[in-house]
Amino acid sequence: MNILVCISKAPDTTTKIAFKDGDTRFNEDNVTFIINPYDEWYALVRALELKETLGGTVTVLHVGPASAEPEIRKALAIGADDAVRIDLDAQDAGQVAAEVAAFVQGKSFDLVMAGKETINYNGASVGGFVAGYLGWPYVSMATKLDVAGNVATIEHDVEGGTEVLEGELPLVISCAKGMAEARIPNMRGIMAARTKPLQVVPPSGAEALTSVVKYAVAPGRTAVKLIDPEHMDQLVELLHNEAKVI
Amino acid sequence: MSVLVFVEGSKGKVKKASLEAVNYAARLASHLGGGVTALWCSGEASNLEDIGKAGASRLWTAGDAPLVQGDAQALCAALEQAVASSQAKAVVFSHDFTSKAVAPMLAARLKAGLVSAAVADVQVSGGTLSVVKSVFSGKATAEYQLRGALNIITLLPNSFAVTLTGNSVAAEPFGVNLSGHTSRLRVKALKKESAELSLPEAELVVSAGRGLKGPEHWGIIEDLAKSLGAATACSRPVSDIGWRPHHEHVGQTGIAIRPNLYIAVGISGAIQHLAGVNGSKTIVVINKDPEAPFFKSADYGVVGDAFDVVPRLIEAVKKFKAAH
Ligand SMILES: Cc1cc2nc3c(=O)[nH]c(=O)nc-3n(C[C@H](O)[C@H](O)[C@H](O)COP(=O)(O)OP(=O)(O)OC[C@H]3O[C@@H](n4cnc5c(N)ncnc54)[C@H](O)[C@@H]3O)c2cc1C
Ligand SMILES: Nc1ncnc2c1ncn2[C@@H]1O[C@H](COP(=O)(O)O)[C@@H](O)[C@H]1O
Repeated sequence: MNILVCISKAPDTTTKIAFKDGDTRFNEDNVTFIINPYDEWYALVRALELKETLGGTVTVLHVGPASAEPEIRKALAIGADDAVRIDLDAQDAGQVAAEVAAFVQGKSFDLVMAGKETINYNGASVGGFVAGYLGWPYVSMATKLDVAGNVATIEHDVEGGTEVLEGELPLVISCAKGMAEARIPNMRGIMAARTKPLQVVPPSGAEALTSVVKYAVAPGRTAVKLIDPEHMDQLVELLHNEAKVI
Repeated sequence: MSVLVFVEGSKGKVKKASLEAVNYAARLASHLGGGVTALWCSGEASNLEDIGKAGASRLWTAGDAPLVQGDAQALCAALEQAVASSQAKAVVFSHDFTSKAVAPMLAARLKAGLVSAAVADVQVSGGTLSVVKSVFSGKATAEYQLRGALNIITLLPNSFAVTLTGNSVAAEPFGVNLSGHTSRLRVKALKKESAELSLPEAELVVSAGRGLKGPEHWGIIEDLAKSLGAATACSRPVSDIGWRPHHEHVGQTGIAIRPNLYIAVGISGAIQHLAGVNGSKTIVVINKDPEAPFFKSADYGVVGDAFDVVPRLIEAVKKFKAAH
């Protein structure tokens, strides 16, 4: 089974967010980047587990400039067989997905796996776009995935509960917590990653239909008002008269 | 130019987040100079008339089994047909599990622009649409320009209050052609949550963390939630150890919520937890450690032991409710 895992790069979860160039660009100065957690912990690791039991290959794909190569090498160190970088600084999820779909077309992938969302753009949409472009079925927010022969069984979150689906490959799946446990790359993996193939592919030329024109940092809260723990009636009064939430 | 809005039901009622989406679509349609068509595929509901009252000028209902079941590929086909029949130039969804599955597929198929998790109204200037969405897990917002011939927007729940001031409209059956659609996915099981209140939609949320020491102590949290009419949530370690169901887990790796009131009991306020809740309008933190980082992100704080403070708060809420 051949699996393509879409990985994106994101600022570490504790990053203080700032913008530059008149608030039109994210300020990357002194920011530590990571592989988007859902892509690494859930999509990539589950893909590797499936490969270990069923055979086949795991390819990681990133759409972005060369500055993401450390994160791509990390995915190889965790265990992916090879990597592809589509050389485009994409403007939105639709454009990323159009490039992913153009790459998948005509190749023999059985499964495309993405994370449930990126922690920087929070679009939760690349996976669905890829499925739409390819005309493959899409299962979003998967928390469990098993494959036997040509059939995948997937548990995923839906409105008001969870649903178990079964379906023939190929499929596109977005992955959430529950799929797998994070893996830390070992020394052998890190060494091997240096020589694993990383192919750079020119973009297909798909256009973006949306783009960011301005960012703003969310306003902070004013200083906390401390309430005497003996006087919870005061808290209720403030919630009613001041905050007006009850 | 008309706007299509997807509306969904939950437990026999139109979801509140869907009514927020109808209101939103109506404001957008008034900018664009057109009406709002709502598409409903959720079977029976006791308050279908609210869809018209929220601003829809037309209500289309489709009852084919795959649609009622929520099959994403079938819903996508139905929406594609509804876009064509209503000649919509924009589609609005609530940002929820269904739209996460359907909206991007629809955008790909119709070559539409998509902005998900919008938190403000669409601005229209000189024919260009722009909208503000939440990014960096709530730490920032980004204004997006939409340039599609068709544009799709999903709205973060609880970003706007619902107003029901319009007239109700009669439901009209909308015929969906699913013949080209043979689902390759079969539903093997469906587990519904027992929670009465859906957490992403709740206006009031009571949440607790590891400070509560064990699942046997959640009685006070449930009682506080009940006294307020709030939903319950928890921090990640609490759902990881299995003290609480995983759908209650809020934060970076769980769900993001933005209720009017978020009460955090025995939660330290780690940045990954805040990522899921800092969009809340008012935050109350109850923690016995005055140094707990959560106090820096709170509007009201109570430094004290949860096992003393929460029962007192329940009494105070009950007294307040009895008087109001
Ligand atoms: C990449 C990543 C993603 C993560 N995602 C999430 C996420 O989505 N959601 C999430 O919640 N966490 C997430 N975490 C974990 C997060 O970093 C914290 O570890 C977690 O939120 C802590 O949970 P807690 O506040 O319940 O427990 P603790 O940090 O142990 O805090 C317990 C608090 O209870 C207080 N307390 C103890 N006893 C009492 C008492 N009797 N009365 C009152 N207060 C008391 C203590 O003072 C303390 O502040 C993530 C971590 C990482 C690295
Ligand atoms: N630039 C990118 N390159 C490759 N995959 C990506 C990229 N951006 C997003 N993805 C994948 O799409 C998922 C959802 O992203 P998003 O729609 O931006 O929230 C991520 O978890 C990744 O798996």
